[in-house]
Amino acid sequence: MKTINVSEITKNIKEMCIEANHYLTPDMDCALKSAVTTEKSPLGKQILNQLQDNLQIAGDDMIPICQDTGMAVIFMEIGQEVHFEGGSLEEAVNEGVRQGYVEGYLRKSVVKDPLIRENTKDNTPAVIHYEMTTGDKVKITVAPKGFGSENMSRIFMLKPADGIEGVKNAVLTAVKDAGPNACPPMVVGVGVGGTFEKCALLAKKALTRPIDQRSDIPYVKEMEEELLEKINRTGIGPGGLGGTTTALAVNINTFPTHIAGLPVAINICCHVNRHAVRTI
Amino acid sequence: MDRHMKAPLTDEEAKSLKAGDYVYITGTIYTARDAAHLRMCETLDRQEALPIEMAHNIIYYMGPSPAREGRPIGSAGPTTASRMDKYAPRLLDLGLKGMIGKGKRSDAVKEAIVRNGAVYFAAVGGAGALLSKSITTSKIVAYDDLGTEAIRELEVENFPVIVVIDAEGNNLYETAAAQYRQE
Repeated sequence: MKTINVSEITKNIKEMCIEANHYLTPDMDCALKSAVTTEKSPLGKQILNQLQDNLQIAGDDMIPICQDTGMAVIFMEIGQEVHFEGGSLEEAVNEGVRQGYVEGYLRKSVVKDPLIRENTKDNTPAVIHYEMTTGDKVKITVAPKGFGSENMSRIFMLKPADGIEGVKNAVLTAVKDAGPNACPPMVVGVGVGGTFEKCALLAKKALTRPIDQRSDIPYVKEMEEELLEKINRTGIGPGGLGGTTTALAVNINTFPTHIAGLPVAINICCHVNRHAVRTI
Repeated sequence: MDRHMKAPLTDEEAKSLKAGDYVYITGTIYTARDAAHLRMCETLDRQEALPIEMAHNIIYYMGPSPAREGRPIGSAGPTTASRMDKYAPRLLDLGLKGMIGKGKRSDAVKEAIVRNGAVYFAAVGGAGALLSKSITTSKIVAYDDLGTEAIRELEVENFPVIVVIDAEGNNLYETAAAQYRQE
């Protein structure tokens, strides 16, 4: 049994909200750099170069990479031998978000009620996903999600007969419909299987996988590679202004499903695919 | 073509811009996004005066992150323009000359652009830190209670945008993507 005071969770989440909004992970950095050299469109190349300058300024001057500093999506993978003390874990997570967004000069983009729409002024509450694991560690992933791309995400409840072609078409449809709205070059998170809500969560989580890491399942890896190639042939390009870099990666996660169903969720992320990961 | 333009825009300048032009804007522009557009249209419904002049002006669809001490503004990139499609034709008919955002527009907006000789520009989405460097001052001029969604008057210097829909109705999103499509 390991005891963790929830104040430690608050402190880490506060720092991670600020970190994720100013620095991309090395895999994202690397993919964006390499896109500058491979992009065929001159305007596309110019936009990718602006994104390089943007990342440099964000880190040097501590200005958020994007003004939409997102709704804070937080994955808490909790070892079953961990005991929390010092108060409510959920409140500690939200307190970390509150401190990070207020003290870190991040935009408060959350409204308290989806229809009455009054801003909560501290970007809480976070969307928190808890997962129990073995061991005595807590793995925290903070993934601020901007809504330009979130709004272009889709769920399709396909039929088993639609098969792999149906899944590929669903992904390509979502990407083409998103076009310039989702701030390409995008990262495409896909969930296949499970239930209605499970496949959405799989897609969200797929976005947190390093984009240079392909699926362990051979046919899924093949599908990721084929879809990336097809997406980059749509011509949408950086900023949607034409070019050969429309996506940086397609990450697909799968889960067992029902004999009658084939749920597919596509969670699109812009080129500011942010997440910070810590294990305590 | 690279162009330098002063804001507000004259009728002639707006009409001279062509889809695909890379434009550096210097002058005064205004920010407004979802909540401010809703309020402006409610104001018009009541037949009251808008808090800002539409004629010849440019609206930037943007809600910034908070400014650090000594800086005019925080991160300041464009938001998705289509959410303003419901309101934009009405403002264009009042003389609005330019809109800066990102992403597709509806046919109704395109028609209003053509009808009024206006222009839709895109700024690079997700480049808010870089774009903030072209903003020299920022002042809230209406709807202070909306926070990031308040209407701000910005002074910009060589603010970089690309003409997506011009006064003739040409649409760069359609033509540019077609050029690189290999399907």
